[in-house]
Amino acid sequence: MEALVARWLKQEGDAVAKDEPICEIETDKITLEIQADAAGVLNIVVPEGETVRIGTVIGNINEGAPAMAAPKPAEKPAAQPAEPPPAQPTKAAPGRETARETPPLAAEPHEEPPTSPAGRKLARELGIAADGVAGSGRGGRVTAEDLRRHEAESRREPAPEAKATPGPAPAAPSGLEAAPRPAPEASPAEPGRITRKPMSPLRKKIAQRLVSVRQNTAMLTTFNEADLTEVMQLRKRHGEHFLQRHNVKLGLMSFFIRACCEALVEFPEVNASIEGNDIVYHNYCDIGVAVGSEKGLVVPVLRNAERLTLAQIEQAIVEFGTRIRENRLELADLEGGTFTVSNGGIYGSLLSTPILNPPQSGVLGMHSIQERPVAREGQVVIRPMMYLALSYDHRIVDGKGAVGFLKRVKEYIEDPQELLLEG
Amino acid sequence: MAEETFDLIIIGAGPGGYVAAIRAAQLGMKVAVVEKRESMGGVCLNEGCIPSKALLDSSELFHLAKEKFSGHGIEIAPPVLNLPKMMARKEDVVKKLTDGVAFLFKKNKVTTFPGVARLQGARADGVHQVEVTGANGSQTVLGKKICLATGSEAVELPFLKFDGNLVASAREALSFDRVPEHLMVVGGGYIGLELGSVWRRLGAEVTVVEMLPRLIAGSDQQVADALLRSLKKQGIRFLLGAKLAKAEIRGEQVVAVVESEGESQELTCDKVLVAVGRRPLTAELGIEALGIAVDRGRIIVDQDYQTNVAGIYAIGDLIAGPMLAHKAMEEGVVFAERLVGQKSIVEYEFVPGVCYTWPEVASVGKTEEALKEEGVEYRVGRFNFQGNGRARCMDETEGFVKILADAKNGRLLGVHIIGPRASDLISEAVTAMTFGGSAEDIALTFHSHPTLSEAVKEAALDVDKRAIHA
Repeated sequence: MEALVARWLKQEGDAVAKDEPICEIETDKITLEIQADAAGVLNIVVPEGETVRIGTVIGNINEGAPAMAAPKPAEKPAAQPAEPPPAQPTKAAPGRETARETPPLAAEPHEEPPTSPAGRKLARELGIAADGVAGSGRGGRVTAEDLRRHEAESRREPAPEAKATPGPAPAAPSGLEAAPRPAPEASPAEPGRITRKPMSPLRKKIAQRLVSVRQNTAMLTTFNEADLTEVMQLRKRHGEHFLQRHNVKLGLMSFFIRACCEALVEFPEVNASIEGNDIVYHNYCDIGVAVGSEKGLVVPVLRNAERLTLAQIEQAIVEFGTRIRENRLELADLEGGTFTVSNGGIYGSLLSTPILNPPQSGVLGMHSIQERPVAREGQVVIRPMMYLALSYDHRIVDGKGAVGFLKRVKEYIEDPQELLLEG
Repeated sequence: MAEETFDLIIIGAGPGGYVAAIRAAQLGMKVAVVEKRESMGGVCLNEGCIPSKALLDSSELFHLAKEKFSGHGIEIAPPVLNLPKMMARKEDVVKKLTDGVAFLFKKNKVTTFPGVARLQGARADGVHQVEVTGANGSQTVLGKKICLATGSEAVELPFLKFDGNLVASAREALSFDRVPEHLMVVGGGYIGLELGSVWRRLGAEVTVVEMLPRLIAGSDQQVADALLRSLKKQGIRFLLGAKLAKAEIRGEQVVAVVESEGESQELTCDKVLVAVGRRPLTAELGIEALGIAVDRGRIIVDQDYQTNVAGIYAIGDLIAGPMLAHKAMEEGVVFAERLVGQKSIVEYEFVPGVCYTWPEVASVGKTEEALKEEGVEYRVGRFNFQGNGRARCMDETEGFVKILADAKNGRLLGVHIIGPRASDLISEAVTAMTFGGSAEDIALTFHSHPTLSEAVKEAALDVDKRAIHA
């Protein structure tokens, strides 16, 4: 996993206090502030705009006053290493500067990525920095054609501010690609009719990832619906008591996460992932939970959710919320889920298809609860209903398994006693 | 008739001006060009690049016939020079090309005004006025924008002024009516060496006097050294690190005193070619009256080639940079395109330079000396034409290709060629560099066999010490 050193909040050589924010890093999932581990003088190793692997040292803090002899360097890794940290920053950094408004009149020949001369001219005319564009020419050379494609794609991308981070959530509608626009014409854009902004690195990463999910998985979605009468009654009956005992509200998520854990045991392929020619089954349930926050939708991972009680699940979700607000969430918290639950209902979605979060093979989409007339024992009755959607990777999950899994989740939700008895 | 206002008036129909005019017309502008010569094309076509190459090609054939045919098994009687005919052919080449420019003007509906232009400032409505004085009197031409492209002229020595007879600039040296017995060339740059070569091949004794201890200032040292050896072999005499202290004309001869290494010697010659540099030609334009800013004689322009006076632009030899026709041409195109809002730029770091001696010298990018001075880490690849099959066939094995590449990423930093047809071979290097290419890019590219261009590929391979034929 990679992160982008988005912004240094302190300059090289600045004195920093302990816990003072010194740097912002971005991943495809979240923007994080990095705080100083210790007081001292900042030495920046990785400049802004570079992409680094987790565990890469991006700067050092020399503890104590700069005048002090033999300063002891305190290394500041980009985040808690989730993997053995590689010794070197990756060379994957696409460019030295993320968004340059006006390129210099004369190109610096050996500091820029190689571009064709026609490409350079077009980049100036489109107002985009060629270093953010994937080059198709030999040696990654950015051609005019690459820039035109890049331009066309960025126009097609819908315009939400890049700060919001859609996780593997219903926020990404399945009709991601709007109708293709006609090829851009030479006529200058009329002022005011459109506003053109370069995509933030985060947005670009999201865009790449979403497209790659579509291209690299066989994603299908199956639907069902659940009657939440029982769950609602349980919450009503025990809510207050639960709050007193566990100091947390009894929400809906805990029921769904428990239901999923149970169903995942029964349908292990939904909790599996593909590695090369192998299928890796996970004998645990690390459930990604989409949590809305001011910074957008973030998807931290609930470890061993199968072992947690409803109260522990609710507490963990609240704790995630707090840590997101306080910028204490770590990259490792976002890593390595085996399945994801995403609740589009909080945004009022009635029905949408969630998008997979590779290498996971399944994602459950929850939706709004709506009182709807349904037939029960020959009678039309009004019940709190929710549509459920399961997107799955058809490469390893068969239709039968997917439908069965979702049906099982529905059954647990409609009869939560079973969950409680088994838990 | 209502007075006609042009979108653009270009002053000077040299390579910068005529290219700017055609490009501007292509872009839909109504363009006028003011030219004081009868023929279009400026110094380049009339008394520079083109006639000198015509003579270089002719004199090379003469030299080949005299010196090389026999080696190829062609026995001929010693060839006899018909100088008037050689000059007539040169004139014919010039005429065809200058007529070609006139034709292009017509085709692109560019209006020409013969005469000398003088800026008269802008009217209250911002329209610029240019007074054109020609054979038929004066007239005022109106234009929304003005582009100055009057080029440059040869610099004179104060104690040895051009006299149209013994003391010649390049212009006269292209039209001597007889082969000089002893031609003294003052200045070891491109012009001096090219014209010195012409007259040496045609039989003159040639002595080059250069102030610096080397030839072609600013070129790669190894190339300059190799060129010096080759030209010496051809019988040209060199006085380097030498100063022309004084010179006087005695009848039909010039007697010069040249000082070098504390010694002075007297040189007697029947022609002197002064090629010590060129300076911008602005005297007749009236730029001072308009307050157009200059820096050491060169007009100061911004990235749109606009001077400090709104609506007045300048390109080519008038502004900073090497005084090269292709640099002016590129500026002409970019100037016109920027005028209509395109984001064109001239990429000056890729301007090639060529010296049409034999062997030819051509280069693009940084020299090894410049890289050392800048502290850039680089690798060098070099391949001698002796190892090139085609060069052997041609019996032209002098020289080499030298490639300087960034030590880290292999990016091409400079390419320097001395050898047969270096002027054509350099294009590949310019293209590769413009595309941000590396030595490996050249090494991985097909080069036909057998061609001289294989030497470029081998030099690129040699950057990683894996040349095949070395």
